[in-house]
Amino acid sequence: MSGHDAMVSGNGRARKAALPWPLAVGGLLVGLHIVVALLTLVWTPYGVGDMAGGRLEAPSLAHWAGTDRLGRDLMTQIMIGSRIALLVGCGAVALGALIGVTIGILAAFATRTLDDVLAAALDILIAFPTLLLAMLIVASSDGASLGTAILAIGIAGSAIVARLTRILAKRVLAMDYITAARVAGTGWPGIARIHVLPNIWPTLIVNFALQFGLAVIAEASLSYLGLGAPPPNASWGRLLQEAQASVYTAPFGAIAPGIALVSLVIGLNLFADGLRDAADPTRRRSR
Amino acid sequence: MLSVAIAAVILFLLLRLLPGDPANALVSVGADAAQIEAARRQVGSDLPLHEQFLRFAVDLARFDLGNSFVSGAPVLTEIGRRLVVTVPLTLMAFLLAVAIAVPLGILSVVRQNRWYGGLISVVSQLGIAVPVFWIGILLVTVFAVNLRLFPSGGFPSRGWQAPGAAVQALVLPVATIAIVMSASLIRYVRSATQDVLGSDYLRTARALGASFSEALLRHGIRNGAVPVISILGIELASTLLGAVVVERVFALPGLGSMLLLGIEQRDYPNVQGVLFVSTLLVLLVGFAADLLQRLIDPRLRGRVAGGGA
Repeated sequence: MSGHDAMVSGNGRARKAALPWPLAVGGLLVGLHIVVALLTLVWTPYGVGDMAGGRLEAPSLAHWAGTDRLGRDLMTQIMIGSRIALLVGCGAVALGALIGVTIGILAAFATRTLDDVLAAALDILIAFPTLLLAMLIVASSDGASLGTAILAIGIAGSAIVARLTRILAKRVLAMDYITAARVAGTGWPGIARIHVLPNIWPTLIVNFALQFGLAVIAEASLSYLGLGAPPPNASWGRLLQEAQASVYTAPFGAIAPGIALVSLVIGLNLFADGLRDAADPTRRRSR
Repeated sequence: MLSVAIAAVILFLLLRLLPGDPANALVSVGADAAQIEAARRQVGSDLPLHEQFLRFAVDLARFDLGNSFVSGAPVLTEIGRRLVVTVPLTLMAFLLAVAIAVPLGILSVVRQNRWYGGLISVVSQLGIAVPVFWIGILLVTVFAVNLRLFPSGGFPSRGWQAPGAAVQALVLPVATIAIVMSASLIRYVRSATQDVLGSDYLRTARALGASFSEALLRHGIRNGAVPVISILGIELASTLLGAVVVERVFALPGLGSMLLLGIEQRDYPNVQGVLFVSTLLVLLVGFAADLLQRLIDPRLRGRVAGGGA
């Protein structure tokens, strides 16, 4: 009897301890970037504008990632880059989610014609790469800033969220309990809030994590092209662009910012994978 | 044809919805009201929206994409000059990516218990997290700066009349796109292969005495290719549209750099022209993918043509 109990509780413990590794590794990587980003609010190895070393120094104990063409510490800028990437990523995903989920839900509830029109428009918007849409939006505003980067990437990503939301919501709306709710007199805002959103939320959140990774890459690409946040904001994309400009004199400048960028995106992708597996047990065995 | 018309309308509206008057590109900062008015008349942005669209549509029908605000040169000529860089770049990268991704994607499933099967999956997982310009910069660092095998950027000013130099200039950009593209393609080939391996027809073929590789080659490839081809179409299209970044990394005078320059200079006819021509190319690619799928899978032939585009 007691042996049986021990076995059961042992099993329970084993299940709890076996955190899926993508979730653990992804969470660790993302968590590291969040800690670094928060740390830069109170402390950085050197001041942002301090020309603390020689120009284009190779990595050393004093400057772990070397220095840039003005002699500023690269590690400091890379750490601030975490903050910029997370800030733009969060802002863009939140904006994209707000616009995308709203349009998706409205399309799912709309009349047949309106829904068809919205679906066709979304398909065409999605065919345009996120970066291209973002470029157009940045170009049409007066000068690039953190705000325009968030706006541009958020709007560009919202089409993908909207399409997913629409498909998921329509699937829920085909259920019998929706008919029951309608018969019971629940209006469409009520059905959306009580039945649709809670059911599609888990899938959407996984998608948001993936969107976050795409937003980080898009932000870096925009600032690489010179359309991102202007200089006091040290974006990884701009660091890489500057590193490329001095690739003949300081060939190592491109390595550290790139690793920072890739580690955050991989972390976000793994985290999304882990979340999806956690939300859908049937996928666990196939991996 | 209908999709071309829809794309033209959407592009027109998209560019007009953006704030800022195209006439601003023509006037200097301190311009007075009369100068701005004259510039607006010159570019036609003083007309009501439907008249602007009518002009745009009539010009399009005559294959006239207008003249650049900045240089005054016809947009279509400039696009033609840049297509001879972007199209070979994209096509070569695409073919290379397919050549890498298809065998590796199949191998990663068929040999998933060997070390390289797992390695392929992990590397492709890493690959989709890497931005294309970082790969480009790393390739430049290794092959142009250290090994001095290829130029770090630029394109011969005589273009394809200097074929050796032109090909050399495209090696690193092609490799850059192909690496990124194959990383994401491998994932699709992988899942298509997984579907095929779990299928009933493959088991039946095996039961009828076909060897594993025989069954895979005769039935698997054909069936697995159909979903992969539609992904290939999307990838090719987004590479065409997304060549902006790679062309910037390698300072190539292609369609993407024309778009970026047009955006920086607010040269609306150029931006509009590039977007329209790339949309045409994208629709063309979609149509080709559709045809190819029909060719491979007889079951699709009953479908209405052009449904996918």
